[in-house]
Amino acid sequence: MADLSTNFAGIRSPNPFWLASAPPTNSGEQIMRAFDAGWGGAVWKTLGQPIQNVSSRFGGLHYQGTRAIGFNNIELITDRPLDVNFREIEEVKKRYPNHAVIVSLMVETYDEWKDIVRRSIDAGADGLELNFGCPHGMCERGMGSAVGQEPKVNERITSWVADMSTVPLIIKLTPNVSDILPHGLAAQRGGSDAVSLINTIKSIIGVDIDTFVPHPVVGNKSTNGGYCGPAVKPIAMHMVASLARDAEFNLPISGIGGISNWRDAVEFMLLGAGSVQVCTEVMLRGYRVVEDMIEGLDNYMDSHGFQTLDQMVGKAIPAYSEWGNLDLNFETVARIDSDTCIGCYDCVAACQDGAHQCIFPADNGARVPKVDEDECVGCNLCQIVCPVPGCISMEEVDNGFAPATWNEHLTSGAQLRPKKGVH
Amino acid sequence: MHLAAPETVQGGLISKISDTRAETVFEDFKPPYSDGQAFIEANRCLFCVDAPCIEVCPTSIDIPQFIRKIATGNVRGSARTILSSNILGRACARVCPVEVLCVGDCVLNEAGIPPIQIGKLQRYATDMALKADWRFFEAGDDTGKSVGLVGGGPASIAAAHELRRQGHACTIYEKRDVLGGLNTWGVAPYKLTADASVEEIDHVLAIGGVDVRYGVDVGVGTSWDDLLARHDALFIGFGLGEDRHLGVPGEDLKGVYGAVENIELLKLRPLEISDAKKVAIVGGGNTAIDCVREALVFGGEEVTMIYRRDEAAMSGYTHEWNAAKMLGAQAQWRALPIAYEGGEQVEQVRCVRLDEDRKPIEGSEFVVPAEIVLVAVGQGKLGDLVAPLGITTEWGRIVVDDEGATSRAGVWAGGDCVNGGKEVVNAVADGKVAAQAIDRYLQGGSNG
Repeated sequence: MADLSTNFAGIRSPNPFWLASAPPTNSGEQIMRAFDAGWGGAVWKTLGQPIQNVSSRFGGLHYQGTRAIGFNNIELITDRPLDVNFREIEEVKKRYPNHAVIVSLMVETYDEWKDIVRRSIDAGADGLELNFGCPHGMCERGMGSAVGQEPKVNERITSWVADMSTVPLIIKLTPNVSDILPHGLAAQRGGSDAVSLINTIKSIIGVDIDTFVPHPVVGNKSTNGGYCGPAVKPIAMHMVASLARDAEFNLPISGIGGISNWRDAVEFMLLGAGSVQVCTEVMLRGYRVVEDMIEGLDNYMDSHGFQTLDQMVGKAIPAYSEWGNLDLNFETVARIDSDTCIGCYDCVAACQDGAHQCIFPADNGARVPKVDEDECVGCNLCQIVCPVPGCISMEEVDNGFAPATWNEHLTSGAQLRPKKGVH
Repeated sequence: MHLAAPETVQGGLISKISDTRAETVFEDFKPPYSDGQAFIEANRCLFCVDAPCIEVCPTSIDIPQFIRKIATGNVRGSARTILSSNILGRACARVCPVEVLCVGDCVLNEAGIPPIQIGKLQRYATDMALKADWRFFEAGDDTGKSVGLVGGGPASIAAAHELRRQGHACTIYEKRDVLGGLNTWGVAPYKLTADASVEEIDHVLAIGGVDVRYGVDVGVGTSWDDLLARHDALFIGFGLGEDRHLGVPGEDLKGVYGAVENIELLKLRPLEISDAKKVAIVGGGNTAIDCVREALVFGGEEVTMIYRRDEAAMSGYTHEWNAAKMLGAQAQWRALPIAYEGGEQVEQVRCVRLDEDRKPIEGSEFVVPAEIVLVAVGQGKLGDLVAPLGITTEWGRIVVDDEGATSRAGVWAGGDCVNGGKEVVNAVADGKVAAQAIDRYLQGGSNG
């Protein structure tokens, strides 16, 4: 049994699985049920001046029969009175002293920040997360992503709260920027103890093609919302890794964005996340999904010899490099296992129309496609489209060339192998 | 009292199972999933809340959770979820009538979409657990208490495992020379073979501390008093008795077998049915259907079920009978054997047709040709065996409360000897529930 206990920027929890600030953390009753189900921590749904929400708030992106691979929302921060929220935070901390309760906050003025920070800490918050990410509604009022998109404003408010707070401070970053790095560094300069990312991505989830109103429909109008769910995971992981590998940036990172199972969590951790936050999967399936997350992470750590989370966090960062450092002489080709191939020829279509025209229908009627290895560039497309796990493997070929990167080629004339697929 | 010394089988129980068994000609009726098949099927599960499939499972396995774990690649966790609720989950995955239990209650049926193949997914995870030798359970600290378990079938195996987790010493008294009860010698081989049964039991008993005494027929050659003196509590899980017969002329002819007796020969011995082409099966329950399917696989060309009611009223499962019909099974409905006829060897079954009140119709006699007759009209109840204990029985079945407690303090019972013959999963559930009650009793609580 690996040790899953987590110390994230001084915030301790029995495991690294936290609920992200969102509808699943709207109330104390919910959070207590979540802790009973196994969640290690929860980031309370953002507190601020309580708002009024619209009816019709969420939209799903369904793809080929799978429900909600992407998800969008136009819900705002808490609509419940602040004193009710604070009373419940106190109650949760009293009953669950070993679980992490982080309070998400979003207000405007210095005085408002001062008041809400003090009240959060008085209620027993283990940490504060400043919501500089919400990309809909609140940003129109000068908060959320409107702050997160301006490094100077981010830094200033971060520094206010860093001075006010006696508990660890996390800045939640918005992905609605061209480069995440200046925004992470702004939080660091402001004195934050950690960052969390990503918040949702500005999006339109769909359009009703009969009534000409985008989703989610509110009367006869809609608005852009925040996009999340499994579809955003690659974007989130890139932003997490961008911060994790930067030499100047050295704060702990709480990873968020499409984490649906233990495997997703492991990937975020290997890219530098010290804790992970989950929302969409819980909204769709309930708190009970954490059982598999905990168990799967535990099994993974045991099977890889990791005793503690520290040993695995960031483990994939050294291998995340610039294109110019990739070995251009590394060569793979596709090989198709004729025993497991079912003859759908999807790889033929993909290769002929989408890649380098090196996979062909069989000429012997067996319906096992043939790969012209002399032309195969090793792009992976056939393997990606193949419906049978393990049927197509990308196998390394020894071409006799020593490793050589583009950078080495430019600087020292390293010899590159002849190009393939150039016809 | 003379008791054989506890036996440790070199190489485990599996070494007791010959590889020349007749059953080895059978192929799995439901072949195992490949990784890809399991992944696709697992991802179809809706992960229902308060899932109907759990509700209908006697052992209440958290089915959506174990399926989700297959979908995420956490097969080890999946197996843990299954075995935490049902320690014989590997056998049950194969033998459970899932069509009328979990799969039958899958909500996808409501949408006219093929239901999730829960049994096959359970088999996938539990087969992997066995292959990888994943161990999830440890024996509890020794309590100094001891429990005797009479009969070595699924109920006792499940009870013994649960009791060992609580730290109580266990001794299983088994009449035969092999454990597993019907799992080992009574289940149709196209569902579960004897070697698969004992492999699983070897894995279960690896928890340690379960003594097994073979060749002990408690209540016949061994007294209950001795067992009561030796143990702090008893669990009775000795199943059912010999095959019943109709009491008609010709039952002693060669070729007339009790169904269960015949299945045991098939599963454990190198039985030769070889050239018998005409086989009659008497009865309309699931054992009868098993016999029909086995005879057809063994090369039977004219395999006829003789049943006293009509097709709609048969007690065997419809899905099982449909599978038999696919293989070519025939039937004589509303028919009652009145004699097995032949020289030394049976040649035909003389029958009479029954009317709607199941009264013989005059002049309706006919014969069904048969070189083999398998009689599947139930097994005897063994309630009389427990008479010396003074515990209440009803129609030969031991009467228990909902935790398996008999009318006698310190004695529990479960499985077929209580329910008259249900599924393996019912026996496992009985054994588990009784073991939990026995634990409370031994820890100072009361007997129910």
